[in-house]
Amino acid sequence: MDQFAVKVFVRLRPSVLDPAGEATKSASIKLGAEGIKSLRIGKMIEVKIVGNGEKEVREKIDLLCDRLFANTVIEDYEYSLEKL
Amino acid sequence: MENFTVGIVVFPGSNCDRDVSWALEGCLGIRTKYLWHESSDLGDVDAIVLPGGFSYGDYLRCGAIARFSPLINALDEFVKSGKRVLGICNGFQILTESGFLPGALTSNKKLNFICDDVELDIVSSKGGWFHNGDKKQTIKLPIAHGEGRYHCDSDTFKKLVDNELIALRYKKNPNGSSFDIAGITNEKGNVLGLMPHPERACDETIGGTDGLFTLKSLILK
Repeated sequence: MDQFAVKVFVRLRPSVLDPAGEATKSASIKLGAEGIKSLRIGKMIEVKIVGNGEKEVREKIDLLCDRLFANTVIEDYEYSLEKL
Repeated sequence: MENFTVGIVVFPGSNCDRDVSWALEGCLGIRTKYLWHESSDLGDVDAIVLPGGFSYGDYLRCGAIARFSPLINALDEFVKSGKRVLGICNGFQILTESGFLPGALTSNKKLNFICDDVELDIVSSKGGWFHNGDKKQTIKLPIAHGEGRYHCDSDTFKKLVDNELIALRYKKNPNGSSFDIAGITNEKGNVLGLMPHPERACDETIGGTDGLFTLKSLILK
């Protein structure tokens, strides 16, 4: 069995308004940071998982992302995978 | 009818379960039974309410964890049998997360938790959840949510309109919901999800009775 470290990034789809991102953008400007064109907030989920090779682990992560980590009506996801 | 029983689902973090029970039993004389979320036996209830609250602390997304409870797994067959399911607030969020209703609910446009009375247009009475043919096509119900912004894409919206699935629309959109949507039904009409709280509008002394009709309609076949 191989162990993998997976980082999943979940983001609101570009067409979905991100009020938290807008509020943070506003605070960033108040802080004096210039030049911010866009600021959107997502989630990062770290998973350690074992499986028989990368293909099997990817299948499990795909299922998790599609059914649980992201709501694909409003969110997109991507992930990176590192063999430990 | 005498034995008609409405199951009220209790998740860790539900906080409107007792309000729903009070409204159904105390105001309408309809028998209720609490259903713990780990139960999958729905055999002795005739309709189900998913009440408001913060199931599983709203972790990950509102309703996302509740979706995987044994009770929600058992709900599919219950819905297919034509029995009625009402999801209020967090219950609506659970119904969208679990795919019983289309779209999604996410944070309010201005990020504020809104606790207020809102006026709502009855768009469709599909499923008999709202008055039909009556002159009063606007009702007033309380809302109390931080994540009640209904979102759907234009294709889904067209489907909602074409099939008369939009039950309620806000007269003055409080949270940025797409197309002012406050409540929708499934195609069959036996599942209704809405952000406003009908159970909090069942007695004149607490501000109105516009929620009675919807709760009473749980007993419709």
